[in-house]
Amino acid sequence: MKDAATRQPVFRTEAITRVYGSGAGAVQALRGVDLALYEAEMVVLLGASGSGKSTLLNILGALDSPTEGRVFFRDREITRASEAALTAFRRDHVGFIFQFYNLVPSLTARENVALVTEIARNPMRPEEALERVGLAPRMDHFPAELSGGEQQRVAIARAIAKRPEVLLCDEPTGALDSKTGITVLEALDEVNRELGTATVIITHNADIQRIAHRVIVLTDGKVSETRVNETRLPPSEVSW
Amino acid sequence: MIAALDRKLLRDLRRIWAQSLAIALVLACGVMVLVMGNGTQATLIETRDAYYERNRFADVFAGVTRAPKRLIPAIAEIDGVAQVEARIADYVMLDMPGMAEPAMGRLISLPATGEPVLNLPLLRRGTLPDPLRANEVAVTEPFAEAHGLRPGDSFAAVLNGQKRELTVTGLLLSPEFIYNMGPGTMLPDDRRYGILWMAEAAVAAAFDMEGAFSEVTLKLTPDASEPAVIAALDRLLDPYGGTGAVGRDGQISHAFLQGELDQLAAIGVILPPVFLLVSAFLVNMVLGRLIALERLQIGLLKAVGYSTGAVALHYLKMSIGIGVIGVLVGWAAGAWLAQGTANLYAEYFRFPYLVYRPDPASFALSGALGIATVLVGALRAVWASVRLAPAVAMSPPAPPRYSRGLADAIGRLLRLRQTTMMILRSVIRWPGRAAVTVFGVMAATSVMVSSLFTFDAMEVMLDDFFHNANRAQMTVMLAQAQGTRVIEDARALPGVLQAEGHSSVPVRLRHGPREQTIRLEAQDGRAQLIRVIAAGGGAVQVPPAGLALPATLAADWGLRAGDTVEMELLVPPRETHLMPITALTRQSMGQDLHISAEALHRLMRQAPTVNRLNLMIDRNALPDLYAALKTTPAVAGVMLWDETRERFTAEIQNNLWTMVLIYSVLGTLITVGVVYNAARIQLSERAHELASLRVLGFGRGEVAWVLMGELMLLTLVAIPFGWLAGYGFAAAVTAGLSTEFVSIPLVVTKNTYGLATLVVLAAALASALAVRRRLDRIDLVSALKAKE
Repeated sequence: MKDAATRQPVFRTEAITRVYGSGAGAVQALRGVDLALYEAEMVVLLGASGSGKSTLLNILGALDSPTEGRVFFRDREITRASEAALTAFRRDHVGFIFQFYNLVPSLTARENVALVTEIARNPMRPEEALERVGLAPRMDHFPAELSGGEQQRVAIARAIAKRPEVLLCDEPTGALDSKTGITVLEALDEVNRELGTATVIITHNADIQRIAHRVIVLTDGKVSETRVNETRLPPSEVSW
Repeated sequence: MIAALDRKLLRDLRRIWAQSLAIALVLACGVMVLVMGNGTQATLIETRDAYYERNRFADVFAGVTRAPKRLIPAIAEIDGVAQVEARIADYVMLDMPGMAEPAMGRLISLPATGEPVLNLPLLRRGTLPDPLRANEVAVTEPFAEAHGLRPGDSFAAVLNGQKRELTVTGLLLSPEFIYNMGPGTMLPDDRRYGILWMAEAAVAAAFDMEGAFSEVTLKLTPDASEPAVIAALDRLLDPYGGTGAVGRDGQISHAFLQGELDQLAAIGVILPPVFLLVSAFLVNMVLGRLIALERLQIGLLKAVGYSTGAVALHYLKMSIGIGVIGVLVGWAAGAWLAQGTANLYAEYFRFPYLVYRPDPASFALSGALGIATVLVGALRAVWASVRLAPAVAMSPPAPPRYSRGLADAIGRLLRLRQTTMMILRSVIRWPGRAAVTVFGVMAATSVMVSSLFTFDAMEVMLDDFFHNANRAQMTVMLAQAQGTRVIEDARALPGVLQAEGHSSVPVRLRHGPREQTIRLEAQDGRAQLIRVIAAGGGAVQVPPAGLALPATLAADWGLRAGDTVEMELLVPPRETHLMPITALTRQSMGQDLHISAEALHRLMRQAPTVNRLNLMIDRNALPDLYAALKTTPAVAGVMLWDETRERFTAEIQNNLWTMVLIYSVLGTLITVGVVYNAARIQLSERAHELASLRVLGFGRGEVAWVLMGELMLLTLVAIPFGWLAGYGFAAAVTAGLSTEFVSIPLVVTKNTYGLATLVVLAAALASALAVRRRLDRIDLVSALKAKE
């Protein structure tokens, strides 16, 4: 990885807050978050339940918008963009991975990936994306015919097939046992290394932080700690 | 204190109010049509019966050339006769102020004592004519209104060749002339044809009928045998030129009215089952999927100790709630429409009053059917869910399994996008669900086709009647049959380009136990203006020997070409012949027998005669022609066919838009009920999946395609089936609506299919778009969380 000073931030947020509801019942999920995310960086976002991790990730991915503050993707401010611009942004630049995979049950693994490659600007072939996550032999299976780990790897293949600049992963191993979880993390690590995709992983599993370049800890809607891992562990050496 | 479970019920109903309302409205349509059809019919029958009763409508009617009054006691002595009314009646030509062409009237004598015993006219304004005054008449109210006549006004009439000035004393309605058609017209025309009542002495003097009568009507005792009375009466009248007695079913006005009532009954039988069936499917579909979404709550309810029965009852109550709303709306709309329709009919038939009688049986029946429909629909769905063990119910359902097969082949062949593959797989994975949508849209289309086609049929009937069978521009009715020289005379009239003579006589047709009094039309082989249409279409020559029988009558009586029937001439020499059937004919209006002119006159053993003249005319010479006809004593009346057609077409056009509106509303309601519900359910089941697509970068339109594409695909698949079913219903309707006088052809034009398609497509699209608005507003984050 290049030095932080010369690297370009992919994402930059300025004092973003997010309040759900209003009046007495209002819940403040984010209370002024400033952070930057750089090219080819792997960041783990740690925090207790309700600390605002998912809210932050959703705002970065333009699934939600902040109550106050600004979000920049490269030099463009996405907080003021139109609905159509946000759709295009998601389509071209961001890959999402969720705890429960969110695959389309009526499409096979290959078709789930093709769903994205058909609308992306510069995609890889669905088969190539599936090969990267080691699922080439099972690409004609429907989600219901795949194990949880396999489904999550299809989700990763679907997310990377468009060659996104950033991967946003919300508890990608949350529904998996540790052995399967490691294969998923390996897939994410490989994509990060080989394609240089900036990756944000939300987890409340503290062991996983050791595979990241940088760890950001959220507490009560604020960044409470940022630390850089001097030595990263390969996913295969992580256990929980 | 409302139980917690009932509170949940009320809130659930409020939450899905739009879906519930859509189902309730479809159900309401079925209930409404049933209540309306039966209500209108019951009201009209009640009204007619009251009218007949109060105005002493006769049971048997007979015409005779000239019978002496001394025959009356003998008639009264026939076993089963309660009352006898003899009178003089004849056609007269009228010269109405402000009307160029001659009008036609039927003059009926009023007894010297004043009111007749039977067929008592109802005085609407003014008084009955003075028995001692020879120039006073009372006329039918519709005729008076068409001419702006009021008591005291006068007009000219030609009575038996003599022109007289008549003064109107009163306006009447009569149970005998509810549906009032001139001879040979089949269409009521209040301007050209009216009934006139005049003192008997005056009529007798004018027609040389002193001491005689030409019509007799009878009231029968309750236990009388109508056929026996008719036979006895015919025996008495035969020597005096009796033209055959008939019962009420042979009396034109009564028979037409009965036909209309039968048609109403047919509508009440055909449509409601369609609506009820559709709503049963809908309720099944919606509740099934609603309850599928409620799995977790069902598990919870059972886990905390509610019995399976209590939970099942909870969901059945929900469907009954929907059913009750549908039934109440249907009752209200049905009762309201029944009264409205009955009023329209009453106006059309000129009933003096309306005895409104809602039919309690139809309310009870439709209510029970409506509730049963939703119950049956709900039962299956409820049963599937409440059977689950609480633990199973509380865990999320297993993900649906898809398999490779047909969709893959189609997808590869057409290089379909994945979003389209999702549509295909969804349809193939849940064929039953798709079938319900297809069935509903099919039903909507078929309802529209089967109601709108009546206008196609009407068009063909008019075309048959006015262009194919009858090409004359004008028909002149003669007061009495005359020799063929009258045709030459007609050609000499101003503006007449072509003239043909035509004659008809009444006959009685018998075959086994069946018997019918019918008109026998003589067809001249050289005639060009009046043609006989073969059952299969196209003009035919009536063979020199034998009869051409209407195909509808032949079918009724089980006769085919080559069979023989017994035919009794009801004119001199009153002989009975065994006649072979040599051809079958198609007549959209009326049922007439045809025979060649030579054959008829041979049977009658007389020189050819003519009682109608058919003309082609120069319209520019019409005023001169009318003037000439008005002074020709032999003329009883005139029909101008172009005008009749225009008037009739205008009337139909008028009704068309009302009908199109009503049936479009019905078709739209079904379509909306089906498509809107399918879309809402899809949305609630697939919100998560559709939100995922948005997250992947699909735009709103592209995501909406997955939802709307499936519905529109199913709609498009359903419509051709709707055409087929509609054609089937149309066939049932033609059978149900055809009467003795009107046989409705089974014709469905492209316009009808097109209009039905357009309305259904528009309704489907609008329903899908309404749901798309919800899809657009979907909150991505919470939709994705929903599953976790």
